[in-house]
Amino acid sequence: MKYYKNTTIIIILVGLLLQLFAVSVNATPTTNTNMELSQALAGLGAKSRKKILKSVKKLGQIGDPAAIPALEALQHRKLRADANGRIYIISDDGTSAKEVLTGETYTGAIDELYTPIINNRVRRVIKTVLARLKLRSSDPEVRLLAAKQLAKNPREDATKEIQAALEKETNDEVREALALALALTQIDSPQKEHRLQAIKTIAESGNLKFIPLLKGVLAKDSAGNFLEPDSEVRKAASKAIKSIERHMLLISTVRNLFYGLSLGSVLLLAALGLAITFGLMGVINMAHGEMLMLGAYSTYVIQELFKNFLPGLFEWYIIASIPVAFIVPAVVGMILERTIIRHLYGRPLETLLATWGISLILIQTVRLIFGAQNVEVSNPSWLSGGFQITQGLLLTNNRISIILFAVFVVFLVWLLLNRTPLGLMVRAVTQSRSTASAMGILTSRIDMWTFGLGSGIAGLGGLALSQIGNVGPELGQSYIVDSFMVVVLGGVGKIAGTIFGAFGLGIINKFLEPFTGAVLGKILVLVFIILFIQKRPQGIFALKGRLADG
Amino acid sequence: MLKDILEIQSKRAWVLTLLLTFIVVIVIPILNVVVPEDSVLHIPEYLIPLLGKFLCYALVALAMDLIWGYTGILSLGHGVFFALGGYAMGMHLMRVMAGEGVYRSELPDFMVFLDWKELPWYWYGFDHFWFTLLMIVLIPGLFAFIFGFFAFRSRIKGVYFSIITQAMTYALMLLFFRNETGFGGNNGLTDFKHILGFSLHEPSTKLGLYITTAIVLLLSYILCRYIVNSKLGRVLTAIRDAESRVMFSGYNPLHYKLFVWTLSAILCGIAGALYVPQVGIINPSEMQPANSIEMAIWVAVGGRGTLVGALLGAGLVNGAKSWFTVAYPDLWLYFLGAIFIATTLFLPKGVVGITNLFNKKIKNGGK
Repeated sequence: MKYYKNTTIIIILVGLLLQLFAVSVNATPTTNTNMELSQALAGLGAKSRKKILKSVKKLGQIGDPAAIPALEALQHRKLRADANGRIYIISDDGTSAKEVLTGETYTGAIDELYTPIINNRVRRVIKTVLARLKLRSSDPEVRLLAAKQLAKNPREDATKEIQAALEKETNDEVREALALALALTQIDSPQKEHRLQAIKTIAESGNLKFIPLLKGVLAKDSAGNFLEPDSEVRKAASKAIKSIERHMLLISTVRNLFYGLSLGSVLLLAALGLAITFGLMGVINMAHGEMLMLGAYSTYVIQELFKNFLPGLFEWYIIASIPVAFIVPAVVGMILERTIIRHLYGRPLETLLATWGISLILIQTVRLIFGAQNVEVSNPSWLSGGFQITQGLLLTNNRISIILFAVFVVFLVWLLLNRTPLGLMVRAVTQSRSTASAMGILTSRIDMWTFGLGSGIAGLGGLALSQIGNVGPELGQSYIVDSFMVVVLGGVGKIAGTIFGAFGLGIINKFLEPFTGAVLGKILVLVFIILFIQKRPQGIFALKGRLADG
Repeated sequence: MLKDILEIQSKRAWVLTLLLTFIVVIVIPILNVVVPEDSVLHIPEYLIPLLGKFLCYALVALAMDLIWGYTGILSLGHGVFFALGGYAMGMHLMRVMAGEGVYRSELPDFMVFLDWKELPWYWYGFDHFWFTLLMIVLIPGLFAFIFGFFAFRSRIKGVYFSIITQAMTYALMLLFFRNETGFGGNNGLTDFKHILGFSLHEPSTKLGLYITTAIVLLLSYILCRYIVNSKLGRVLTAIRDAESRVMFSGYNPLHYKLFVWTLSAILCGIAGALYVPQVGIINPSEMQPANSIEMAIWVAVGGRGTLVGALLGAGLVNGAKSWFTVAYPDLWLYFLGAIFIATTLFLPKGVVGITNLFNKKIKNGGK
């Protein structure tokens, strides 16, 4: 081993020299190992797969990184051999070929060169050998990849090498990966300490993939005896399985919670306006989903404008979209209230149908303007990416921002309803329209403003949605049923009810999905809601006393 | 009994009913079969299934009118009952063509495609016609009964009920879209070959289905008219106008609502079952929330709480749809949206309301 290590340095130097003087130096092997190397390399161009395989293994034993390009070329069918057994790597465009060690350009016809044929078995060995060679690379990224590669295909003969690499390794991440790779090669080691150590390392990795391996430790043969003779190792293995499973359960719980919260945030923004207008006027706005859609398309339009006129500020288009995504749906909503919904006052079922008609017209209009296909709204770079908490748990920036954004909007709405004169009047009309009117509140004006507000909030929901989902003309339709359910679950007239309803639905949905699939989850949620309103017909947060009669 | 039935509407209305039935059941088939093809009066073959489809929609509209127009409960989920009836019929048609599919298998093609080895248990029995007829009534009826029991018991009403029925149809649509559910997933059931031994491609079978639909529609109309004119019907109307007063008078609205809700679902299921062999396909898109809302607008256009209006509305809206989607496909949704808005804003009593203004005598079956 030591011998190889020393020669490696020499070989690297030789390799560098060779490359520097590629033209003048002829490929005459100077040292014994160099001779071995070039022989093994030449073997890569052999006609028999057995010979190729032997040469690949030999190259792994020599452990010279100089063989990496040739092996990679072989892997990607870029290696060629001439009649004299010299091997070449062809360029990507296939027009020129260079000798592997000397870099000499091949002068003959490239088509006449022989392409060595390999099968999957050879390919696997190449992968491991490449990983072992790359472990000596100076680039920690390359070493990390190599260590991960070795962990994927654990081979016992790599043990010593990994150990050696582990001793020298300074980068923590690479050390971790190497330790795992080592553990995987050592789990079948004859020494008990090695096996125990291996199980411990695997348990620490917390990776679900290794559970079958650990279960293998606990397996029995046909006579009912344990394959693993040592009870201590078996105990360690079963403990490791439990710890990994606990770890994964924790991760999936956190992930579901996170996805549920972000889905709930969108639902919250969608349902908040619905709950407010429903509480105020007692009508369900079927076109409410289309307000989401208008918000998302406003975002798209602003994005396109920035792309074309302000490419330098493109990263910030989303900030500029916020007011637009609020105002466009708000204005549309106010117009609808003024022209149509107002005239259907006291006829909630007819309002429902009329607003459905409006939604059809809005969908068709958007379809004619922007096309029936989904449009692309891209994340600005500061919204893409995320925090990798641990393996298998990535909290993406866009979803975090949506949660924060929803909290922010809800806070604003709360301020507006509870700390401003307009909010006071909205609450008054919600509680008793006739009394409020008698006190001199212009109820019809309040209706209009509230409708605009509700639509605007939905538009902001559409903006949030554009960052995590598809934007198409039918976007609103897929969310409207869920937002209705939020209103049913949460009750009307209280923001808290909507918040609980939205997050509750979002989280329940995400938690049910892995067990039942998305569809069955939805049906279960619906059944739950129907059973729930048996007990509490007014939702979670019911208005009490006289107000409850509406 | 016969006397009771004869009394459900005025003599004039009876004459009109029988005249219409005569036209639909006798005159149109004659125009199709006997009148030569180059004649102006000839009704081409492709129109027969289309008219049959309209008759099915008219039956749905009757069912909608019963529950919405008379009882004041707006269901946005009637598409489910329609589709359930349709699926029951579709399953029968799939079973009787066992061995004639593309794969020549005893199983329906889509099951072979999914590599299923045997029939799921809920497909048993559908090879018998009488069993299928039973299921066409039972499945939508039972489903509606259970759903309605829980919904009405907790006094869910108004828009609350509407949006819950919408969620119901949405959830079921998603369920039927799945291949695992066992109803052909996305594509649904299609490519039917014959019914009761008659080939579905024969013009005579199409004509037969059309006439059957017309007769079922007539019988359903008489049944609905009988119900709305009975004491039961008056309680229903009372529930629509003032539910709490009905309760205070000692009636339990739950029973009445549940009865009419279930009956309406059954009529809808029968319409679906008649629809499938004429159209040749049933798939989950029938359960789209949009379809169910459209059913409500048929009734609204014609005029709620009149039965006649429902029939008229179904014909008008679907006739317009057939014409528009061919002539101006892009404009259809605008037109439909405009109908929704205009009807609710300007025509709360529908088309029948207009005619009544002109002639108070032709009041829907009034005595």
